[in-house]
Amino acid sequence: MENIRNFSIIAHIDHGKSTLADRFIQKTGLVDERKFRDQILDNMDIERERGITIKSQAVTLPYRNKDGVAFELNLIDTPGHVDFSYEVSRALASCEGVLLLIDASQGVEAQTVANLYAAMEHDLEIIPVINKIDLPSADIERVKEEIEVDLGLDSDQALLCSAKEGTGIQEVLDAVTKHIPPPGGSAGGPLKALIFDAHYDPFRGTIVSCRVFSGSLASGDTIRLMSNNAAYRVEEVGIFRLAREPRKRLSAGEVGYIISGIKTVSDVRVGDTVTLDSDPAPEPLPGFKEVKPVVFSSIYPISSEDYHSLSEALEKYKLNDAALVYQKDSSVALGVGFRCGFLGLLHLEIVQERLEREFGQSLIMTVPTVRYRFVLTNGQTVSVDNPIDYPEPVTIDKALEPYIRASIMIPERYMGMVMDLCLERRGVNSRFTYPTPGRIEIQFDMPLAEVIYDFYDKLKTVTQGYGSFDYDLLDYRESDLVRMDILVNGEKVDALSQIVFREKARARALQACERLREEIPRHMFKIAVQGAIGGNIIARKTISPFRKDVTAKCYGGDITRKRKLLEKQKKGKKRMKMIGSVSIPQSAFVAVLKSESK
Amino acid sequence: MQQPGLYLHVPFCRSKCPYCDFYSLANTSLIPDWLEALVSEMALYKGRFGTFDSLYMGGGTPSFLPDFGLETLMHQVQDHFVFVPETEISIEANPKDLTPERVSRLKSLGFNRISVGVQSFDNGELSFLGRQHNARDAMDAVSRVRDAGFANVGMDLIYGLPGQDMAGWFHTLETALSFTPEHLSCYQLTIENGTVFSRMKKKGNLTPIGEDLEEAFFLRTSAFLADRGYLHYEISNFARGREHVCRHNRKYWDHTPYLGLGPSAHSFEDGWRWWNVRSIREYCGALKSGNRPVEGEEALSRAQMHLESVALGLRTREGFAHAEIHDPTARKRLEELEAAGFLLREGTRVVPTMKGFLVAEHLPLYLCGDGQP
Repeated sequence: MENIRNFSIIAHIDHGKSTLADRFIQKTGLVDERKFRDQILDNMDIERERGITIKSQAVTLPYRNKDGVAFELNLIDTPGHVDFSYEVSRALASCEGVLLLIDASQGVEAQTVANLYAAMEHDLEIIPVINKIDLPSADIERVKEEIEVDLGLDSDQALLCSAKEGTGIQEVLDAVTKHIPPPGGSAGGPLKALIFDAHYDPFRGTIVSCRVFSGSLASGDTIRLMSNNAAYRVEEVGIFRLAREPRKRLSAGEVGYIISGIKTVSDVRVGDTVTLDSDPAPEPLPGFKEVKPVVFSSIYPISSEDYHSLSEALEKYKLNDAALVYQKDSSVALGVGFRCGFLGLLHLEIVQERLEREFGQSLIMTVPTVRYRFVLTNGQTVSVDNPIDYPEPVTIDKALEPYIRASIMIPERYMGMVMDLCLERRGVNSRFTYPTPGRIEIQFDMPLAEVIYDFYDKLKTVTQGYGSFDYDLLDYRESDLVRMDILVNGEKVDALSQIVFREKARARALQACERLREEIPRHMFKIAVQGAIGGNIIARKTISPFRKDVTAKCYGGDITRKRKLLEKQKKGKKRMKMIGSVSIPQSAFVAVLKSESK
Repeated sequence: MQQPGLYLHVPFCRSKCPYCDFYSLANTSLIPDWLEALVSEMALYKGRFGTFDSLYMGGGTPSFLPDFGLETLMHQVQDHFVFVPETEISIEANPKDLTPERVSRLKSLGFNRISVGVQSFDNGELSFLGRQHNARDAMDAVSRVRDAGFANVGMDLIYGLPGQDMAGWFHTLETALSFTPEHLSCYQLTIENGTVFSRMKKKGNLTPIGEDLEEAFFLRTSAFLADRGYLHYEISNFARGREHVCRHNRKYWDHTPYLGLGPSAHSFEDGWRWWNVRSIREYCGALKSGNRPVEGEEALSRAQMHLESVALGLRTREGFAHAEIHDPTARKRLEELEAAGFLLREGTRVVPTMKGFLVAEHLPLYLCGDGQP
């Protein structure tokens, strides 16, 4: 155990986390150059494109330091978005130390600070690493000063490297072995292993990633998941190289996987403790929390005959995403589909993209919403996470909406703009703390509905990327809510309805109509887009018709080309939804929430 | 089924016009090889297609061919194919090529319809369009054709040029009408990809007149010519009476068979369409080695035939057969479009109104869905 190190790399986006991980994998000889694929840890296309890590993964690197001592370095990757903050916390709980990676030209940024705080919360050893020192714009002295002043860390400890060029990698790995403490815990006691990730393998079922804190386990053992007491027989344990590598036993201090006939990832909970049936631990590891969806939206196939195909795709997708919940749903405008619950907006977008890209689905997603509560005049309380289920207004005694505590960390100079943004989003009960000179942490109580769509984007815009944002759910508070409907050429489109705060209804309706005016292509006739509450029209926009599209010439040589164009346009139209005789593109159904045009 | 038409593509021009995307070269040295190849291509189709009732020599600029070229073609065509006695024999001609000698030669060769590439009677516009002739040349050419006794004379005109106003366009139209032509093709300027105009537009040196003016020009042109007794029988084509509708061009719009010979020419017969390679060298090379110079072909599915029938029909006053639309959703859309004034029922036909003509490229999307338009 003395020669094991468990660590993670944390960084602001684009500071080079994945590249550094790749260098470690190369340097330790885990993969030869030929097979090397950039950014090996992020193995999903979406992650690659967006440059973010969605699901955490781990890899065990064999490493011999400069004195010739052999180590096993467990690098645990962490997701980088607020939707997955719980997963991040479990990954960090599995480590003894972190590399805090900072771009030599960008310096300390919002996420650097937020990550540092998360690591401090887990009492981890923190090694600052300045990356990209090869850049002409690198300013190492300034970054060192920021490390001292903004982060309160010892800049003499900071290591210099260029993951891209491969310089300084050895020094970083040596520092991991030297400064990060070996794991504690005894291999003799009852088994306690922390689940920090799980993914689905079509041949083996669920692969559970875990860090063993005490005791040990081997194939043939019977394990218990302490949150629900479910028991499974262990088929295989092992460690992660680039592929799984079976081992006889996983013992205290080690990071690896368990295969034990667990059918779907939904049967395991990240943060849960694994123990042995024969010698159970008296209490689980601290910090377990059941993650619940907070954002809801419906998914419909564009073409109604694709419902079954969508149903199968969701079932398969769900095998690898325990956080997604769904049930059957139906809409007058869109037919039969599914009501889904997500951890947040990014999670929603990932689900949508993966269903479209990996499962070939053509989807319409409706406006995301939170779960409201209504106390009815008959004393009954109903939960509503779908505007279709909004109760008859006369039967509503009291409306409640979920509130969060938003924590926003920013350099002081952005305070005015961030305050304005939070107040505009109905933030109340503000508090301020000053963690380091020049930085401020603002807390607000805010309706969840006000942050689910574009709050984070807005925050990043007003703070030029320096704002970090995190939130905890607080409670339900009384509110004044109405259902705002959208009519297209007089026809109500139920999938575009939203539950909104009454005072903001008109502004929201105008915004939705404006977005629809931009999203719906011109037709041959005039299209009226209206927002309404009950029978009252509160907003209206008009899409003017196009009047001429005919081209002058069509002789023998033009016909095939023109027909092919029509066929292509027809295909495009199939990806739209017909409401009456108006074709509405799929993007319109989510765009209504956007406050600004693209 | 109507009788087929024969098209000969002459891919040569004196110079390339900045708006034109038809295939042509200004290089005359290839004419002998091309002629020889064209005759070999005729041999490939000898005895097929039955009896033709139209022959159309287009381009390019057919009038640019030297006399021996025109003579060879006319003789070879008659050696290889059968025609009805009253065949419509058209040629496209540039005003500059229509010398008195040339006009009488065309007459003696058997041409009975001449389409003169006038484009405009405004010298400024003609130079913008990169034409080699001026307004005087155009008027002289049309007069000569008339004087030579051609009873079927057409003119090609272009309108909707950047900066052009309605008065300027009507001046050109009035001048054209003073010759009482049997046929007028009035093409609204379209910026085609790959042309000089398209490059100018990308650089911001050419601004199209915009949808509002396009619409106004189109409608006023139609109304004006209708008033003078011209039938607006296709988006861009007008005839002084039904009998002067271009017999050959109509075949493209109602799936009548046609055989196109020459580089880039398209042919159609019984649901098959095929087209020749564009390059003259490739065309000649293929025929020299005994191969068909075909670049591509397609067999149209029922759905594609249906889509084309509706789309092509909508470009003409003939419209399409009501029976083409049988799907209940499409029938409903048809009624909506009739109610909205885009289409009209005329017996068994559905025909476009002026409003329908304007959006003729969009209407098929509503009418030819697979349940969902």
